[in-house]
Amino acid sequence: MIIETDASDHGGAEALRKYELNGAYDEMFRAVDSPRKQYRPLHNLLLNLGADELRRSKNEADQSFFNQGITFTVYGNDKGTERIFPNDLLPRIITAAEWDIIERGLVQRITALNLFLKDVYHEGKIIEDGVVPGNIIYTCKHYRREMRGIKVPRDIYVTVVGTDLIRTPEGKFVVLEDNLRVPSGVSYMLTSRRVMKQIFPGLFQKCRVRPIEQYSQALLSTLRFSAPEGRSEPTVVLLTPGAYNSAYFEHTYLARQMGIELVEGRDLVVHDNVVYMRTTFGLQRVDVIYRRIDDDYLDPLVFEGNSALGAVGLFNAYRAGNIAFANALGTGVADDKAIYAYVPKIIRYYLNQDPILENVETFLMSDAAQRDHVCQRLDQYVVKAVGESGGYGMLIGPHSTEAQRTEFREKILAQPRNYIAQPTINLSTAPCFVDGSIEPRHVDLRPYVLYGEKITIVPGGLTRVALRKGSLVVNSSQGGGSKDTWVLQN
Amino acid sequence: MLSRVADSLYWMSRYFERADNASRVLQATYGLILNPAKFSTEERWFRAVSSLAPGAAATNVDPQRALHLLVADPEGAFSIMKCISGARENARQVREEISSEMWEHLNRLYHDVTGSDLRPDDDAAAMRIVNLVREGSYRFSGVTAATMSHDEGWHFIQLGKYIERACNLCILLDAYFVIDKHADDLDWVGLLTSCAAFEAYCKACTAELKPDRIADFLLLKPEFPYSVRYSLDRMHEALTSISNLSLSRRTENIERLIGRLRSMVAYVQIGDVIRELHKYLAGIIEQCRNLHAAVHEVYIEYPIEVAFET
Repeated sequence: MIIETDASDHGGAEALRKYELNGAYDEMFRAVDSPRKQYRPLHNLLLNLGADELRRSKNEADQSFFNQGITFTVYGNDKGTERIFPNDLLPRIITAAEWDIIERGLVQRITALNLFLKDVYHEGKIIEDGVVPGNIIYTCKHYRREMRGIKVPRDIYVTVVGTDLIRTPEGKFVVLEDNLRVPSGVSYMLTSRRVMKQIFPGLFQKCRVRPIEQYSQALLSTLRFSAPEGRSEPTVVLLTPGAYNSAYFEHTYLARQMGIELVEGRDLVVHDNVVYMRTTFGLQRVDVIYRRIDDDYLDPLVFEGNSALGAVGLFNAYRAGNIAFANALGTGVADDKAIYAYVPKIIRYYLNQDPILENVETFLMSDAAQRDHVCQRLDQYVVKAVGESGGYGMLIGPHSTEAQRTEFREKILAQPRNYIAQPTINLSTAPCFVDGSIEPRHVDLRPYVLYGEKITIVPGGLTRVALRKGSLVVNSSQGGGSKDTWVLQN
Repeated sequence: MLSRVADSLYWMSRYFERADNASRVLQATYGLILNPAKFSTEERWFRAVSSLAPGAAATNVDPQRALHLLVADPEGAFSIMKCISGARENARQVREEISSEMWEHLNRLYHDVTGSDLRPDDDAAAMRIVNLVREGSYRFSGVTAATMSHDEGWHFIQLGKYIERACNLCILLDAYFVIDKHADDLDWVGLLTSCAAFEAYCKACTAELKPDRIADFLLLKPEFPYSVRYSLDRMHEALTSISNLSLSRRTENIERLIGRLRSMVAYVQIGDVIRELHKYLAGIIEQCRNLHAAVHEVYIEYPIEVAFET
């Protein structure tokens, strides 16, 4: 237990000395030495804790992650496939008022995107009405022709969503990206909470943090709700690509938390358009597949012919209405970065409401005028390939070299539909414990949205941190880490 | 339970038992070679290697290399490091099925065992790993028994552990008894220590070391955990429990095989078998192999047509 006194001559104050505000919105400090109200308990604690104590806590936390095997796999790195997920020691704190806006905004956005998906794969009214051009939709990398006219159970396309939010220098949350295919990271949210409670129990209690531990139950009931009609006691399984996938830890974690089977493609058998899993008792029927495999690899008969990750015949079983996938196939069309630019219009079109959460200003490179504008100022923009995720295939203008810009200019001109550009946004910063001192690092926020009988968002999410000083890239594959996210009661 | 999962649990357990067996044998052998005796150091290492790495024994055993080969050789399929990696790799495939405590324990042991770069001439470091595995193995058994529900998965773990133990014991007994004429008391202590049996044997039979009594103890003693009889009894229990859980499966063949195996140790006296011990031990090993294949066919890799018939 830490006794709070005004002890500015302690090591903790020393650790805070290197903290410089740089024009970004800082989550903790309104101004130098002036913490925001929600951060005061943490700030006090930091003033009282010595750097050694912080370091000890950090080691304790890392050890806990390591022993639990909370790791992820880095592709293209043949030396040791597993690394612990770098977790920052200090929580990121969000007030109840801020969370209220995020929650309402996400419910609105996901509702609209789900309606959009249903429309795109059925009547296509939004195209007919000229709100989103058909040629943009049909050229999306993740548009699935095979999904046209297929009725998905309860019309729910996006069961699990992880939306990336960032905070502008004015302190406003805006949406950077929708992840509607197989968003990952929720296990880090849940496990880092467990570790943080061990490390800062007093602070945790004092701050009155809303719980997130109910996520797994919420996910399970959401998945059960998505079962094909007439299956009253549905069997839900989690389909993983296997132990070599970067998110394998998460797959095992969620399966265990929900008490469902973790299956691989080779465990599944399709017979007469019904899906079974191979158990020691014989074959057991499966109703809902929470799949953590991309569309392309689900069924070699319909998609990638040489994929061994899925199972032959899954898509026919799906078409026959005997199985539900979470998420549905083809949802990637709605998180295409070019479609993203239309989301505010999509929300207005289906819901007749103004978007609660705004987009980041986005330029479509397929539009000649916008393209010319951006190509002349590439050093000011972030350019992204529309079908990519995980921080791959992007150019960060202000941090780029002339050669990189030339390369991207050529790529854009060769395939304009494949790129969008956004102004470089100075993401907000939050205090992180790095190399013995506390320094600001850029962060984003990924809350997880569950769409079942109702839309559920557990109060929290994954705060991703760009651990390299000055970096704006938070993806774990690019040297990012995470921190626990505390949403306060009130 | 998913067939693949049952298979992984079974192999996790077998690999762990194999590592444990190797560490017991190495501890005992390393203790032996420090003493002068009729057997040369080479012969003793040869005995250890031939009981642990049947393939490698054909080639000449360099005593300087033997310990390293059996502890840390990344190529050798039988080294302790390989076995611990194998156990962990299988556990990793079924993280959701085993308890967090089991995983944490196994994961930590794996990192402790594989983390150090072992120089081939560093015997002390190799023996530290051996000791780590010895202790780790008892702890893992305890953690498994205490934290995992004793349901189907547990029974597959038990099956893997004891089928591996029964086979290893038979191979080890064979390695000692095939050349027993030259063996002295120290060697017999070595054999008993390799089976963590020295104290238990002394309690039951006094410290008088008689080869046929030792064989009797390690083969037929139903109460001692490192005897063949005990192992086969546990296998029988595990198989019965699995078969009771999955009523629909065709388990006659498995029942026949385990029944026959048990009768091989339950209804004999050591005098009946000691003269042809090699043949007898080979028979048990072969029956264990058949049983393994039968379990695989019924529970793991069954044809789809069979599944729809029942």
